[in-house]
Amino acid sequence: MSENKSCVVIGASHAGVNFAFSLRKAGWKGEIHLFDSDPVLPYHRPPLSKAYLTSDNPIESNALKSQEAYNLAEIKLNLGVKVTALDKDSKIASLNNGTSQAYDKLVIATGASPIIPPIPGIESAQHLYPLRTAKDVTNIKSAMQTISEKRVVIIGAGYIGLETAASLKKLGATVTILEREERILQRVTSPVMSEFFQKLHTDHDVDVLTSKNVSAIETSDGVNTVKCADGSEYTADIIIVGVGVRVNSKLAESIGVTIENGIKVDETTETNVESVYAIGDCSFHYNPRYDRFIRLESVQNAVDQAKVTAAAICDKSPVYDTIPWFWSDQYDIKLQMVGLSEGYTDIVVRQEEGEETKFSVWYFKDKELLAVDAVNNAKAYVIGTKFIKKPSIVDKEQLKDPSVLLKPANLLKK
Amino acid sequence: MAKITFITADNEEVIVEGTQGSVMELAVQNNIKGIDGDCGGVCSCATCHVHVNESDFEKVGEPSEIEADMLELEDEVSEYSRLCCQIKVSDAIDGITLKVIEE
Repeated sequence: MSENKSCVVIGASHAGVNFAFSLRKAGWKGEIHLFDSDPVLPYHRPPLSKAYLTSDNPIESNALKSQEAYNLAEIKLNLGVKVTALDKDSKIASLNNGTSQAYDKLVIATGASPIIPPIPGIESAQHLYPLRTAKDVTNIKSAMQTISEKRVVIIGAGYIGLETAASLKKLGATVTILEREERILQRVTSPVMSEFFQKLHTDHDVDVLTSKNVSAIETSDGVNTVKCADGSEYTADIIIVGVGVRVNSKLAESIGVTIENGIKVDETTETNVESVYAIGDCSFHYNPRYDRFIRLESVQNAVDQAKVTAAAICDKSPVYDTIPWFWSDQYDIKLQMVGLSEGYTDIVVRQEEGEETKFSVWYFKDKELLAVDAVNNAKAYVIGTKFIKKPSIVDKEQLKDPSVLLKPANLLKK
Repeated sequence: MAKITFITADNEEVIVEGTQGSVMELAVQNNIKGIDGDCGGVCSCATCHVHVNESDFEKVGEPSEIEADMLELEDEVSEYSRLCCQIKVSDAIDGITLKVIEE
């Protein structure tokens, strides 16, 4: 029984918070201690680069749960408290406030930290920020308010970089994006999507430059000059760095947990160390549908793994087996993605009639539908989700034809 | 100001009051069971599904095209279904009753 037991959760973002509540709901009677070094009541992260960046709403309006909800569920939320060390044998977590907390079950939901690349001069650059936490956004907002010129250079054209570009443009900045690869979003999507977003940002007067390897940053009188290997230079009052993340795996590593591309877990999210689990952005887990180990940076993964861990700790026998999904909002474009497209052999682009910005990209491995990217087209996203969940043979000719109504019955191979 | 009644999956009635934001945000602030709002209120996750009381549906109105499509992911969708992150709290919806649909 769990009455006198203690569960410690390191990291109070989507994964850690949802886990704590799921654990209580699953019937855990023992203590739940949730720790995070971030002092702010846990909040939704996706809006940080989108609606939250452009609005004046306080961060509290983005809270995952109210403070009262933690009290009611008897979850001890310790904010601004960092777990500094773990003792594997005595099962004790040491804290930066000089105290410690014993655990029977340990859940590592430490997420990842933005990579700040070792570019000469980056440490002395002015107004250079990553975008991961509420504080990062506060810093960016305050720089946007105090600096009159607002020339922004964004290093890295992944989703964070592009969403931030759209938001800062809305706030009146002049925005240049520098991407090291030959196309934007290279690591995460297909050329057809890269091309669409390249044009979208260009049409909104954002300079999107590819094959730009930043080689140095020089700063004088508060103004930065971002220098690229090809000799080009860009003036920046504000620099946003969005070049990816590094998993926070040190604590896990210190107690002998296997680290690969993240913290390796089994189908119940348990690590190789008994009673130690890892969930969310930091977990490297097996996906049965795509038959490989993956690491996902998404709300869906955080929330769904949280539920699996809670069930596993309460002696149910769950298996983490979900279809990943993601979204991104930029300008008036809503991108919804389902599945993993990696390994596709064949793409079908379906363009809806008379609506330039309403289309969907369907990724196949021969006959098998792997993933769908839907732009302003929730219907395609929903149908794609259903087809991937319950493997279905899609008639690609029908799918391609915009005069065929987008309905499951019309798209299945007869 | 709007007074909104939620009926949760275990038939508990909770009355809350709000002046701004979305009905989903109001529900989360008031710990309404079954309203998760995982995506933070951008109509991307369908975890804030409610059935609007039939006689209140006119006050709330029809879902947008995107919202209606997202609702198709839900098993218990009805003609009175809405994703409550897409309903704005205002005087216009004062007195409505929403049944929380938990998947």
